[in-house]
Amino acid sequence: MPSCWVNALVRCVIHALSPSVSVPRERARESRTLLRFFAPALLFLGLVAATVFAQAPNGGAAPRSVSDPQAADTKGDEGGSIMLRWTLSPDDSAGQVTGYEVFRAAKPDGPFKSVGFASRGSARFADGSTDDDSSYYYKIITTGPGGSTETAVIGPARSTAEWFNSNRANVLVIGLLISGAVLYYIASAKKGKKLFIRRIAGLEAVHDAIGRATEMGRPILYIPGIQDMDDVQTVAGVTILGYVARTIAEYDTKLEVPTSRSIVMSTARETIKAAFLSAGRPEKYSDDMVNYITDEQFGYVAAVDGIMVREKPATCFYMGAFFAEALIMAETGNSIGAIQIAGTAMPAQLPFFVAACDYTLIGEELFAASAYLSNEPRQLGSLKGQDVGKSIAMLAIAAGTALFTLNQILRAEWFASAGQWLKNLFIVN
Amino acid sequence: MRRQIPLLITLIVGAVLIIAAFIPRAPFGRLGENFSLYFDIIAVFAFLLGGGNLVRIHGARLVRGVGMAVTEAKKGGGAWPLRFVIEFPFLAFGGLKDRRGRDWFFSLITLLGFFAMLAAGLLKLGNPSGWQGNVTAPEGMFQDFYDSMFNPLQATMYALLAFFVASASYRAFRAKSAEATILLVTAFIILLGRTPAGAYVTAWMPESLSFLTVPNLANWVMAIPNLAGQRAIIIGIALGVIAMSLRVIIGIERTYLGSDEK
Repeated sequence: MPSCWVNALVRCVIHALSPSVSVPRERARESRTLLRFFAPALLFLGLVAATVFAQAPNGGAAPRSVSDPQAADTKGDEGGSIMLRWTLSPDDSAGQVTGYEVFRAAKPDGPFKSVGFASRGSARFADGSTDDDSSYYYKIITTGPGGSTETAVIGPARSTAEWFNSNRANVLVIGLLISGAVLYYIASAKKGKKLFIRRIAGLEAVHDAIGRATEMGRPILYIPGIQDMDDVQTVAGVTILGYVARTIAEYDTKLEVPTSRSIVMSTARETIKAAFLSAGRPEKYSDDMVNYITDEQFGYVAAVDGIMVREKPATCFYMGAFFAEALIMAETGNSIGAIQIAGTAMPAQLPFFVAACDYTLIGEELFAASAYLSNEPRQLGSLKGQDVGKSIAMLAIAAGTALFTLNQILRAEWFASAGQWLKNLFIVN
Repeated sequence: MRRQIPLLITLIVGAVLIIAAFIPRAPFGRLGENFSLYFDIIAVFAFLLGGGNLVRIHGARLVRGVGMAVTEAKKGGGAWPLRFVIEFPFLAFGGLKDRRGRDWFFSLITLLGFFAMLAAGLLKLGNPSGWQGNVTAPEGMFQDFYDSMFNPLQATMYALLAFFVASASYRAFRAKSAEATILLVTAFIILLGRTPAGAYVTAWMPESLSFLTVPNLANWVMAIPNLAGQRAIIIGIALGVIAMSLRVIIGIERTYLGSDEK
């Protein structure tokens, strides 16, 4: 019987390859029946074989182990962590490695227990469960579909708590330099030194915008962002509100400040109350100027849009941290014909404000606004100090660009190393 | 003293937190996280202020609006409660002549929503585990309200963004000046480069000119001029934050503290 099947199959193949060969009708039907059976069977076997070979390339051998494994205290931490580093297995990029399992023991001869797993392509692992008073030994096991290989015992390694985070030394130096410059210029301004501060169009327009609302007899809407008082942008927004509220008090215009955080509501009230007091109009102040809406982003924007459409404010200020709601509010403000002045340090929202508002304070201008509006020498001095920081940044960018360009032209490794050093100087860890 | 004590607290906390950023050892290492936690605790208590303010403002609006609506209904004389019920839709949605009384119906909805969510959350209504259950358990009424009412409303507001982007883009991209024209051309390249059509229209270009294909031009705009501009803004922001923080810490900037006078 099997020989009969083989004969039939051969006939079938001959017929398939050379249809011109004449075969009796009955035998041809028999061949087709067999083909229906063999074709799926062959396909199935092929798939099984492909799966098996795909899972075990290199004949199913275990991947080669990692090289140069090291275990040392994690630098600049509070202790309790040992960092393990290694050079990847040569089979890592070939897809024969699934990952690296890290084992730990208190003695070199074990017993070793797994403390974690680093995925394929990862050449380090932080063991964050160590005791600073103990020594530890490690093994790194490279695992793959074909098996696993382990390194020799690494160690002993001991974790320690440090008093200074050396990874942040660059931040300390640059921070001290910039802060020193800011403090120096504040002191200079205090002594009466004249400082030149460039004109900021958005802030020059504040008085005109408030005047317009007064003439039209419509309110002014002030949005101090949607973040809480722990965000420096909100602090800047509330500070600017103080100066705006003072002018509003002088002009006797209606002010509305819907807030999305309770603490911002309380702070804004205090700020406006102080502004009205210093303008000599404490009786004009009312707690109802500032109200709480909701913490929820889109609930807040729905309420603000409602206020805009119903009250039709003549001027809208948006000063603080904004997210997706920025454009919804600014476009609604635009649709009611309000003059709009915005300021934020959220780079993703700046294009929306630029497109929808009349004036936009871009990034640092938001933080400079309160100093600019106050016109107080000490505050203006701090703006001058920022320029030193900008000069450092500009010099570093120019030097870095020059070094990497020279490296490309002259192919001298020294330029690349110097450029990389400069780059690392500005990386925050 | 009303200002001096907060200024002193700001100075001490600010200085300690700056120092803590460079000292990993306990107790400095986790000081930033701990202070954030204190802030969250204060914020929870402050929410009572916010919630209270919401109820007070909308409660007042509701009482005033209903009062005016009743007065309006009473003007007709006779069976005014019946008139009030019949005219309710008109009186509720801006039908009152006095502006102060309008929109009271929205205040009613706000208060109903506020108290319904508060009750569902506090009493854990519908929660299979009762009082001990998680407030956001899927079977609970609180989560039901959130999923079936709040989420769709939120998504609706978010969806508006697409239309606002279109209208803002239309205004921004009108070629009124040289800068606006550059913006228009750049936006056109980016928009086209992010669609299959962008690849299709320049597919005929030879390999040597592949950098001129629309998708590659779009990628170049995003990776070089756009990124350079963004980084410049971010550097400025970082410097601004340093200067602003120093002004606050050393007490030069104190507007946010309110008045010294009573």
